[in-house]
Amino acid sequence: MKPFRKRRRGGLAATFELGEAHLLASLAGQVVELLRDRNGAEESDADPLAAQLGMGGPSQPPEDPVLLRLLPDAYRDDADDAGEFRRFTERSLTAVKVSNAEALIGSLVDGGLTFGEMPDHDGDPIEVELDADEVQAWLRALTDIRLSLAVRLGIETDEDTMLVAQSDDEATAAMSDIFEWLGYVQETLIAALD
Amino acid sequence: MTTPTPVEIAEPDVDNVVELEDPWVTIVWNDPVNLMSYVAYVFRNYFGYTEEKAHQLMLEVHHDGKTVVSSGRREQMERHVQAMHEYGLWATLERQDA
Repeated sequence: MKPFRKRRRGGLAATFELGEAHLLASLAGQVVELLRDRNGAEESDADPLAAQLGMGGPSQPPEDPVLLRLLPDAYRDDADDAGEFRRFTERSLTAVKVSNAEALIGSLVDGGLTFGEMPDHDGDPIEVELDADEVQAWLRALTDIRLSLAVRLGIETDEDTMLVAQSDDEATAAMSDIFEWLGYVQETLIAALD
Repeated sequence: MTTPTPVEIAEPDVDNVVELEDPWVTIVWNDPVNLMSYVAYVFRNYFGYTEEKAHQLMLEVHHDGKTVVSSGRREQMERHVQAMHEYGLWATLERQDA
């Protein structure tokens, strides 16, 4: 990957190896799928009027720990308030997160990424160019992907981050590498904004 | 006979009164995932805080485990919490001194 840089004509640009671009798109796609599953599930009875207005969402927090991290409670010590808030806001929060992840995939497609064949690591790299809106979508989508991976890796403290990086388990170590790399991608994006 | 003298009626600043009577706070909690640079960026970009204040708040979250990033009316704090969740930051609201 060539890190994000400011373009003279505006916007930020970065270049990803084809394999990296496929990985990013695949991870963003997984976030979309997970959020869509949550949206479709009828986990609680919505208020009829609110549902009619398109506002009624679930009031119970998700059972899936990744979804719970992406869609956390807004009230820490009051389950009723948390449920009420969730009922009126979770669907729009979900929609925003889905649209951010889709925007990230869209930028990669604009940069030449195609699907359908096996990822060819020797193919042309993918150059993305982000305008201001796309930058915002990427920042948030990268965060959601990193949060999802962290939950799967069981990262709850700073020490956990170091422990999984040194894990003897190959799958864990590989996922940890991806987690770190996504942090690097995001860091270069933030640095390029200044 | 007398002529009415204009009486100055001080209009109460509704926002301030509400804030004093019903203060709510938005709290951002530490997590091991979000980059320090990102958290400071969010505070700058969303709340419009100066680089210095955003950095200070980020350090408070990092070192103390949480910090109050905004206070005011409940509805306003709910909007902030929703926005923080869009950014992927872990935020809650509560009544001040709850």
